[in-house]
Amino acid sequence: MSQATAQNIPLSFYEEKSAYPGIFAWIFSTDHKRIGLLYMFTILSFFLFGMSMGFLIRLEKMFPGGQFFQPATYNALFTIHGVVMIFLFVIPGIPAVFGNFILPIQLGAEDVAFPRLNLLSWWLLVIGALVIFLSLFTGSKLPDTGWTFYAPYNTITTANIPMAVFGAFLVGFSSILTGLNFITTVHRLRAKGMTFFRMPLFAWSIYATAWIQILATPVVGITLLLVIAERFLGVGVFNPSKSGDPLMYQHLFWIYSHPAVYIMVLPAMGIVSDIIPTFCKKPIFGYKAIAFSSMSIAFIGYLVWGHHMFTSGMADLARVVFSFLTFFVAVPTAIKIFNWTATLYKGSIELRAPMLFALSFIFLFSIGGLTGVMLGTLNLDLHLHDTSFVVAHFHYTIFGGFGFALFGGIHYWFPKMFGKMYNETRAKWAWLLLFIGFNMTYFPLFLAGLEGMPRRYYDYLPKFAPYHFWSTIGSWIMISGILFMFGNLLHGLLRGEKADDNPWGGSTLEWQVPSPPPLVNFTTPPVVNKDPYDFSDILKKRNSSPTPQDQEDKGGQ
Amino acid sequence: MSAHAAELAVHEHKDYTGAKIGMWMFLFTEVLLFGGLFLLYAVYRAEYPQGFHQGGLHLDVFLGAINTIILLTSSLTMALSIAAIQRGQKGLAIFFLSFTILCGATFMVNKYFEWSKKIHHKIYPGSEALAKYVDNMVEEGKVPPQQKSGVLLFFSLYYLMTGLHGLHVLVGMIAMAFILRKLLKQPFVHHRWNPFQKQELQGCRLVLEDPNGQTIWKSETFDETVKHVDVEFQYYPAPKHVHPDDYVALENTGLYWHLVDLIWIFLFPLFYLIS
Repeated sequence: MSQATAQNIPLSFYEEKSAYPGIFAWIFSTDHKRIGLLYMFTILSFFLFGMSMGFLIRLEKMFPGGQFFQPATYNALFTIHGVVMIFLFVIPGIPAVFGNFILPIQLGAEDVAFPRLNLLSWWLLVIGALVIFLSLFTGSKLPDTGWTFYAPYNTITTANIPMAVFGAFLVGFSSILTGLNFITTVHRLRAKGMTFFRMPLFAWSIYATAWIQILATPVVGITLLLVIAERFLGVGVFNPSKSGDPLMYQHLFWIYSHPAVYIMVLPAMGIVSDIIPTFCKKPIFGYKAIAFSSMSIAFIGYLVWGHHMFTSGMADLARVVFSFLTFFVAVPTAIKIFNWTATLYKGSIELRAPMLFALSFIFLFSIGGLTGVMLGTLNLDLHLHDTSFVVAHFHYTIFGGFGFALFGGIHYWFPKMFGKMYNETRAKWAWLLLFIGFNMTYFPLFLAGLEGMPRRYYDYLPKFAPYHFWSTIGSWIMISGILFMFGNLLHGLLRGEKADDNPWGGSTLEWQVPSPPPLVNFTTPPVVNKDPYDFSDILKKRNSSPTPQDQEDKGGQ
Repeated sequence: MSAHAAELAVHEHKDYTGAKIGMWMFLFTEVLLFGGLFLLYAVYRAEYPQGFHQGGLHLDVFLGAINTIILLTSSLTMALSIAAIQRGQKGLAIFFLSFTILCGATFMVNKYFEWSKKIHHKIYPGSEALAKYVDNMVEEGKVPPQQKSGVLLFFSLYYLMTGLHGLHVLVGMIAMAFILRKLLKQPFVHHRWNPFQKQELQGCRLVLEDPNGQTIWKSETFDETVKHVDVEFQYYPAPKHVHPDDYVALENTGLYWHLVDLIWIFLFPLFYLIS
């Protein structure tokens, strides 16, 4: 230790002694970096599990008619795929991983506001996940309601739905505590000089997301508790045979679950907003517009849930209003897209691995977003509702949006988190496989959906066969890309070269601390006196030790 | 460097404002948790006004009103308890906090009698007797047939909402009990001197003065029978000595308790006073 301080290099948070031995040094740690990595390991395991379910779904649908599974098993497969992916992977998602690891460092803080609460939320996620997995094996059959748990089937089916929804409730509680923690962190723990408008846009997006987490999640919490009460206490607020109204379940469910898609995608947009300026070496275009658009997406996103229920039975006026508001939410999203592309304009673009993910995010999310506007169009939705068009749209926004940004974020912050570097050439190949496979898997579903292929169906008409065939082939390419990517990252983790403190030339605070960061993040509390995407110092430093390529860039400017 | 060290030390202290922000966020989530139920109530009551009217006739307004008064009083004593601790009057704070817990307990006891009376009459969700009773109401023309569901929904929501509220009262009481224990465990500041030698006591007396020099109390003159004098002070700590942990915990519990009270203020008219 004295050796390390003599050289002025503090111990990294990995090396710092913990009060607990072995694994307990992780699962009882209140350090935000360790908790972030715990979350990463946890949710990526769930992702691989959910991905296997998705693989099986696609395999079953490769050809018309039954292939490998019974119809009932197929119903369980898409239910488990949805529940695991949504509740255990995407909802905790980026806030849990990078919100924990990166956000406090970006703000110049030592930790989040409530470290113990932070650990509790990881535990709640794990316990919730265990309860969900336990529910698979404790009913008389596997859960088969779809991830939406629609009433009244949720009280009629003999699967152990009460337990599954209780697990989802715990996961929701975890999400609430995370959001509460981040809002307080942003308000209270910003470093000296770090005004709200000097926060990196990733921090802004986490802040906006945290508000949705605390303001939307309780609604689904009570809804899921009511499902349990319906089963055990004999109340009947949703079940029509007991005088309830199943439509109310849908309303309450989507009041949360639509804002929840912004819990998924807002932090993804935050990551992209951080990656793009770093690899353009240029301040982001329209900083305030992007920051405010995050907040307005969070706000408007709260008011559009009805577009999931255009065919469920609603007053015409309500449907028109919901349709209009849905169009309206596309505006701040478009503001972001235009600002990102404007940032690229005349930037010195480096196509490094994280940048590829960020750029493909813009492409894929634009497709996902614009098809979302199509689905928000009232008359078109009556045709497209519950078709595979919706499935494709959803995967383009959530996988193409959230997924690509998460992977981009992992590639971007990998050197910071682990102090090691992965093989970048392989990372680019993995990205290419993933990108091609992704489009091949989901684009045919748009076409099939336009022609009327229903979602969640076990069997289909022969005319849809080519779409499903190519989609399944695509899923294999995509999965090999994902596995290749994880293999490369794992290899980098174990055998990678030591990474610099600032390998990409990033301007935000996390690049000013050592890789991996020391336990207290900053040995001296940082004082911020410039904008988050001010690259002038970094470019000056680069130019003082010029490489041939840098000189060229300089000549170009 | 020393300035930095000082700043680091400050960071390690508990962030009072942060803790309160966190609590307010949590209260927002509580409001939305109940919000889902209030939404159901609003929709179903708009749909079945007569059914809800019939349901409301079965609630005991007197008991409900008593409980409202109890909770309102408990909110007052909660606030008084916080005010007391802000002034360093720990004993008073303990008294008011105990009184608040007592109010919560009384509320729950009333609730228990209210519920068990109803359950005794077979009025509870899913009860067949209740369904039959509602059918009778329809036959007697008290409720139009299409409003029948309203009575059943009324009781479903009545049990769900007052039940969830009761659960919150219980949680609030537990939180208060924890704070109370903390307050009781925190020792009174206590000093004991024996500063006087025997021979020096002759002909003296002990006088207690306030800061202005006014005599508050004085003892008898000491004669030769006095061997020695113990002076023992027992006083409640002044505000700056109140441990901030306890203080913000009490304040946050107070916030929670006021929310529980506030929810009841809505539940009472919406269930008891609609008929």
